[in-house]
Amino acid sequence: MIIEVNGKKLDRVYQTAFEVREQMGNETDILILNGFQIENDYELLEDDVLTLIPKGALPKQEELESMMMARHTPNVHQKIDGGKVAIAGLGGLGSNIAVMLARIGVGQLLLVDFDNVEPSNLNRQSYYISHLGMPKTAALKKQIEEINPFINIETRNVEVTESNILELFNGYDLICEAFDRPEAKSMLVNGALNLLPNIKIVSASGMAGYASSNLIKTVRPMNRLYVCGDMENEAKIGKGLMAPRVQICAGHQANMVLRLLLGIEDI
Amino acid sequence: MQVNGTTISSEKNQTLFDFLEAKNIDFNIIAVERNGEIVPRSTYKEVILSEEDTLEIVRFVGGG
Repeated sequence: MIIEVNGKKLDRVYQTAFEVREQMGNETDILILNGFQIENDYELLEDDVLTLIPKGALPKQEELESMMMARHTPNVHQKIDGGKVAIAGLGGLGSNIAVMLARIGVGQLLLVDFDNVEPSNLNRQSYYISHLGMPKTAALKKQIEEINPFINIETRNVEVTESNILELFNGYDLICEAFDRPEAKSMLVNGALNLLPNIKIVSASGMAGYASSNLIKTVRPMNRLYVCGDMENEAKIGKGLMAPRVQICAGHQANMVLRLLLGIEDI
Repeated sequence: MQVNGTTISSEKNQTLFDFLEAKNIDFNIIAVERNGEIVPRSTYKEVILSEEDTLEIVRFVGGG
């Protein structure tokens, strides 16, 4: 019987998960069986993937990947790992989307923004004081490398315009539109749907203030366009962008991306 | 014709440009799909609407 333990295929006669831990690990190790952390013993079957994670210990680099993968559901993970997702705009939406997609293990990310991190970003964007003054692309890449170092990250420090859409996003499956200004959102959606016949866009509209969380939803107004948000609450004087609703909206976008990578087109 | 799921009466030989202008819609913050195809912004003046048309107009608001 072949089972996989910490990334290595083993042909041994272990009957149960606890037996493997007894032989190969430590009594206090956390056990992850096929993506799920188990507390009770389970009988092992052919092709099971078991991961032993010592509590509080820093794993070796080669062990790290299989330990991280242990939390991903097999088969699902392979599709996500093959995904190529571009994120246009690295503000409140884009920076949070990027972190979520990195955590679930999207294999290739393109991060596009021309701005630097400034103090006014910290109320909702995924940056720290230590990032102030850095290009957002570089600051986000640094974070992602600390979260999931097994992701290919391409960064482009440019402003997206109609004339560079094709060159920037060609080769990617999906674009997350994460701009602030409505004119920029419209420009990217129009340009990408026209120039890239296979691209799908997950866009956002309406997430300012502190209106009910439940107004934020995902809709699919066009075949290749998904829009997340409440469609109404624009950022303006007296109604700023705040972390909770921005992150709810970013979560909607990230989950729609995940669904699309898994072949699910329904909202 | 159908606009965002609602049936409305269309004027004869009206262009998409004129239709949007009559509705006071800002061209710079929208995307328009006509019968399942995105309409390039540069062609709004050339697209003549007919009663068989189905339009989907997405309007974006600021914030991100």
